[in-house]
Amino acid sequence: MFIETLVMVLLLSMTFISLVRAVIGPSMLDRLIAINVIATKVTTLIVLVAFVLNQEMFIDVAMVYALLGFIMSVGVSKFVFKGGLES
Amino acid sequence: MSGIILDVLSYVLFALGLFFFFVGSLGLIRLPDAITRLHATTKADTLGAGFILLGFVLREGVSLLSIKLILIIVFVWLTNPTGAHLIGKIAYEKKEDQQ
Repeated sequence: MFIETLVMVLLLSMTFISLVRAVIGPSMLDRLIAINVIATKVTTLIVLVAFVLNQEMFIDVAMVYALLGFIMSVGVSKFVFKGGLES
Repeated sequence: MSGIILDVLSYVLFALGLFFFFVGSLGLIRLPDAITRLHATTKADTLGAGFILLGFVLREGVSLLSIKLILIIVFVWLTNPTGAHLIGKIAYEKKEDQQ
């Protein structure tokens, strides 16, 4: 249990390091890359929370979060590329 | 006895995953360009998430939970390179537009 909590804290600090790049990133693509990285890290963090709190249903939340992260990444990259959301 | 071995093996996998996550974050902060940042983060993050989730699969054994975890691993390994390919294509074409 202690090891999982330690892994959670370390992973959370790395998430904040990635958030720095999302805030200061010069272009929109840097922010998109940083948010993509944060989505992967948060998926892993949700699984860790599920094992620390013994809540098995959080695994399903992690699956849905991975799906949403991918859709967000594709949508924002299309928005950056075309300057709009039409088809 | 086998439980202890599996626990130690899962801790080793956690350490490996944390190392790869750390390398990815370091690359995201330190590298100078959008494409190089993409190069650093995509592979390292995909591998790190795979290692940490695989550690939980080893600890859990054969159950519905570990099948769901393997599903998450497969999904992350499919979607993360796809999204990175899309972002890399856009970065390349934007760079061509500027020149």
